[in-house]
Amino acid sequence: MAQLTLDKLNKRYGETAQVIKGIDLQVNSGEFVVIVGPSGCGKSTLLRMIAGLEDISGGDMYIDGTRVNDDTPSERGIGMVFQSYALYPHMTVYENMAFGLQLAKLPKAEIARRVEESARILQLEPLLQRRPKDLSGGQRQRVAIGRAIAREPKLFLFDEPLSNLDAALRVQMRMEIAALHRRLKSTIIYVTHDQVEAMTLAQRIVVLNRGNVEQVGSPLELYDHPANEFVAQFIGSPKMNLMPGTLLRAGAEESIVQLWSGKELAIPVATPAADQGRPVKLGIRPEHIEWGEVADAPNLADVLFVEHMGNETYHYLDNAGRGDPWVVRNPRRSTVTAGETVGYRLPAEHCHLFAETGEAYPRLRVGASDAEPGQAAPIVFSERVRANAAH
Amino acid sequence: MKLTRKQREAGAKFWIYFAALVVTVICVFPFYNAVLTSLRTGQELFLPNYLPSGFHWENYVNALGENGVGRSLLNSFLVATVTVGICLLVSITAAFSLARVRFRGRKYILFTILCVSMFPQVAVLSGMFELVRFLGLYDSIGSLILSYTTFSLPFTVWVLTTFMRSLPVELEEAAIVDGASLWVIITRVFAPIMGPSLVTTGLLAFIGAWNEFMFALTFIISNDHRTVPVAIGMLQGASQYELPWGHIMAASVVVTIPIIALVLIFQKRIVSGLTAGAVKG
Amino acid sequence: MTHNSQGLLPASGPALAGTTAGPRAAPRKRSLQQRRARAAWLLVAPALLLLFAVAGWPLVRTLFYSFTDAAMDTPDEYNFVGLANYLDFANGERFGVLADPLWWQAVGNTLWFTACSVSLELVFGMLLALLMNQKFRGQGLVRAAILVPWAIPTIVTAKMWGWMFHDQYGVVNDLLTRAGLIDGALAWIAEPTLSMWAVVIADVWKTVPFMALMLLAALQMIPTDLYEAARVDGANAWQRFRRITLPLIMPAMIVALIFRVMDALRVFDLIYVLTSNSEATISISGYARERMVSFQEMGAGSAASVLVFMMVAGIAACFLWINRFSHEGKEARQ
Repeated sequence: MAQLTLDKLNKRYGETAQVIKGIDLQVNSGEFVVIVGPSGCGKSTLLRMIAGLEDISGGDMYIDGTRVNDDTPSERGIGMVFQSYALYPHMTVYENMAFGLQLAKLPKAEIARRVEESARILQLEPLLQRRPKDLSGGQRQRVAIGRAIAREPKLFLFDEPLSNLDAALRVQMRMEIAALHRRLKSTIIYVTHDQVEAMTLAQRIVVLNRGNVEQVGSPLELYDHPANEFVAQFIGSPKMNLMPGTLLRAGAEESIVQLWSGKELAIPVATPAADQGRPVKLGIRPEHIEWGEVADAPNLADVLFVEHMGNETYHYLDNAGRGDPWVVRNPRRSTVTAGETVGYRLPAEHCHLFAETGEAYPRLRVGASDAEPGQAAPIVFSERVRANAAH
Repeated sequence: MKLTRKQREAGAKFWIYFAALVVTVICVFPFYNAVLTSLRTGQELFLPNYLPSGFHWENYVNALGENGVGRSLLNSFLVATVTVGICLLVSITAAFSLARVRFRGRKYILFTILCVSMFPQVAVLSGMFELVRFLGLYDSIGSLILSYTTFSLPFTVWVLTTFMRSLPVELEEAAIVDGASLWVIITRVFAPIMGPSLVTTGLLAFIGAWNEFMFALTFIISNDHRTVPVAIGMLQGASQYELPWGHIMAASVVVTIPIIALVLIFQKRIVSGLTAGAVKG
Repeated sequence: MTHNSQGLLPASGPALAGTTAGPRAAPRKRSLQQRRARAAWLLVAPALLLLFAVAGWPLVRTLFYSFTDAAMDTPDEYNFVGLANYLDFANGERFGVLADPLWWQAVGNTLWFTACSVSLELVFGMLLALLMNQKFRGQGLVRAAILVPWAIPTIVTAKMWGWMFHDQYGVVNDLLTRAGLIDGALAWIAEPTLSMWAVVIADVWKTVPFMALMLLAALQMIPTDLYEAARVDGANAWQRFRRITLPLIMPAMIVALIFRVMDALRVFDLIYVLTSNSEATISISGYARERMVSFQEMGAGSAASVLVFMMVAGIAACFLWINRFSHEGKEARQ
């Protein structure tokens, strides 16, 4: 399995449109890296540059130490799975998987061995003589994967392979792809716009925005320590809540932030002295906001509306007109209705702080519940229980 | 009195059917008239009559026979088939490159091809005449195959280019990832699925070649080598003032039936081919 | 303040050991796009060569012959006469194609024919397309029926209509008389004004189906909910046509129009067979060919051919220029 290195890679269309703006990246052998970002961020372009389907305007690309800028895809030894599967309609499943091997002039016996092995791994054996039009979406996707596997490539590239599948099938294919990675121990580069796929499949995530890398890290690193506002709001659903405030007192161990409401909050975030007095933004994820009795809570807000999901409830709080309503996630059913006033608390250890530029100040301590993202914050009080709102 | 919705709809429907009827009659009548005429002889010809008044087949026997158009049918078929065959072969690779590969000068080539398809035939007539004589092809079918390429080739390239554009990009990319060269992509990936487009293009080009008149009139002088349009155009009677219309109509019907049959059988393809070139072009 | 979690390129490290010594020396290759571009040229070449041989070369030769006084039966013997075939002054008289009143008659005929034919074809084609866009039983039959005029070879069309326009026995005169629209038989083919109309009618009959199919394809691309929204807004049928249909099919209509005008300018077959190139109907292509083949004047005929080419090319250039002009105007206004 191969190692991929990108050195100041950039891509320009014509004179003006710079789609990829100088990317540095190293993917280690056997790693599963997911490139994720909003539409138009350049992730597909980046993948196609790695594949060799798009020319590289500047910078270098190395596979296992060899510079491959001018190599064709097959010379680079990559296998690619396309969003719309791209199966040859006039060939059977077997022929689809064998095509690349025939072009490489491999001996017939070897071709047969590889195709049958791939078919076995993906449970395609009974389908080998069928044509693509006789297959279901999930089956076609597996044939597309099988075609890539049969080539025994150094690098596997996936271009949004699950977008064309329905929700249930997507979950199933996700598991299959993860299992495939464990089994083949291959280097995989996977592009998607769906951050759930990124969080569940990746060993490392590359967050791309308008041609720039925002952050590279493991899923949990991105969740706990987003490098900037963009990553913070891109990862995690629903989005992280952001509130404007001012940095009252900077510090290397603790910073004091004054929210627009006047309330002050001391959070374990390191800020430089020079930023004291500057506007900042406080961020906290919906699952971390705690709430409690109106009487004791340090903050009050009106509930705008409530979404009952069955297993959890989202409450949208009015933040006095300063931007989007905040979302609070309650892992249980709730009897709170729109129009009510609730009290809430912002636990310091779950707070993030962002500078004017959007960059995040380093967090020194993370809340215990951060260890398992996606799960309910264990400290949630019911509306009737008094909260210990000490801050 | 305001009409109810149902009445308005019924009125509209009536006008639609009426218009459809008028259109159908107008389109088919001239041919119908020709068929009627072809089945008459002698004095019957001179009485306008809108229903068949007897079935005289002599005109048809005459039409296909010695002085008739039987031989010309064969000539036309030969010329059209060979011309279209050559043009298609050469066009496939050119159309693929023009449609799907970005290279310098592509726009100019496409523009040139469009321009050539706009040439008035007469503009190349004397030059072509010289060429035909030079190659010793005067009065032979070869002269037509050569000269028909002038307009058939730009046509087939243009229409095939439009078809090629509509083939899925990801299929080509998958083939590239599999290590296929341009040639392999054309022959092993796209050619098998281009069957319908090739048939359509070939049909349209065939009809165009079949119909050609000026070159056939100028380069062929012996009866044996005439093509259909010239044979029909040349039909005359014994004297200058007598025109055997029955005979002429029979010959016309004979040469038209195969084409009409072709067009009706392949009408969906033909319509899509015609419109693809223009609407997207 | 970015977090450096193995994402960025380390300044030094085992991973790059291979590269610091320089990448494995591979010869400088062409990229994929460059290789494809090269292959594409090779694949286009045969078509281009063939095109040059059968279209480019003869065109050049025609131009060449237009400057000579060659004759068709002895094309090898000729003298250069410069522009004499086009226009010449000698003995106080004007010679050459441009001095020939028949040439100008042909130009007038052709332009008149083009203007009439194309406008009629546009109007009828539009009506027919609108009809075909409706849903009714027997739609398939009508669609097949309108392909008949298009399918029939032009020569056969000429003969058929020639028969129908026959002054004594033709159905046109018969029907018109029965309908009481005319008193005596009209000499459609013989009389100058009428013969031009005969040609126009035959051409319109043959070409309206093609026009209708083009326009129908464009019509079918308009989403039906646009019409429904317009009805909700209170627009009647004419308003819907003028404000929604017409603007949306304009691009396709213009393309079809340009193609038809180009075709109409080059008309030859129909006129040659229907009216035998009579003076009242002869087209510019007909004139050129007559000079060349009937009078065996290869030089003068070639000159006329070149003039025909220039006329068609000139009008095409006008279209392109207008097109570009209107595009730039639109961009400037935006």
